[in-house]
Amino acid sequence: MNKGDRFEQVLTEDLTRTQIVQYAGVSGDYNPVHTDEVFARHAGFPSVFAHGMLTMAMTAQALTGWLGGDNLTRYGVRFKKQVWPGDRLVVTAEVQDIGTDESGQRLAELTVTTRNGAGEEVLAGYVTARAGQ
Amino acid sequence: MPSYQFPVEATQIALFVRAAGGADVDVYDPGLSAPPTFVQSGVQFDPDWPFRPRPGEPWLGSGREATGDPAAGDGSILHAEQHFEYVRPVRPGMVLTATTEPGKTWVKRSRSGAELHFAEQRIEYRDADGHLVVAARNVSVTPVAAGGEQQ
Repeated sequence: MNKGDRFEQVLTEDLTRTQIVQYAGVSGDYNPVHTDEVFARHAGFPSVFAHGMLTMAMTAQALTGWLGGDNLTRYGVRFKKQVWPGDRLVVTAEVQDIGTDESGQRLAELTVTTRNGAGEEVLAGYVTARAGQ
Repeated sequence: MPSYQFPVEATQIALFVRAAGGADVDVYDPGLSAPPTFVQSGVQFDPDWPFRPRPGEPWLGSGREATGDPAAGDGSILHAEQHFEYVRPVRPGMVLTATTEPGKTWVKRSRSGAELHFAEQRIEYRDADGHLVVAARNVSVTPVAAGGEQQ
């Protein structure tokens, strides 16, 4: 892995309400704004919307396929826009720097962005990952 | 500081990976480890977690009516940021102790004039020997209208 290396992957072409419910069930976050269309509309939203943590988990799922499951040392994001059923999501990541920790382990610093089908950022953040030689 | 115990199970990891769009994992793989955001599902074991229906108690979601428990709010607390630092892999069989500590709070004004109340929370997940496994920090935001009511 080197500075400037870039990764891109489609996370979903059409986010389904069922996937949102799948995430609610396993994560334990049953906030009805994510799972209950009647409630979400009553609360003023056009429909249910995805947990930010679902987008973060989907983004991580793609990144760990590239970086290796146990190689992350830091991962953080800001949730910039809501993600709606039907959204297409694409993650891009780019290696900004390669350094070493106190033990000499190479560490890659990456920026991470997930965009919807309109190209708007829905999630933006960073990853630090152990990098091979 | 409030804390709860969170047993890590292979099945829950498998279901979490599926929910995140991943392929099925081998739950018998001795090297299986949890995905990076898996510890968030520890709220399943948090006795104070508000977003879980409980038998015999009002629930804020719809039933006969569009909203079941107005006193519980409208679910409009939004998740603004989430950060993790990984010290050790999370593996099936571990029992993590999650300890929550409130962090900073601050207020910003939105373009629409509403006040946005931000609150930070830190959670440490430690193994049975007390070793730090994952440190998490989240920021939530609650919009409050000019009149002081939660939006």
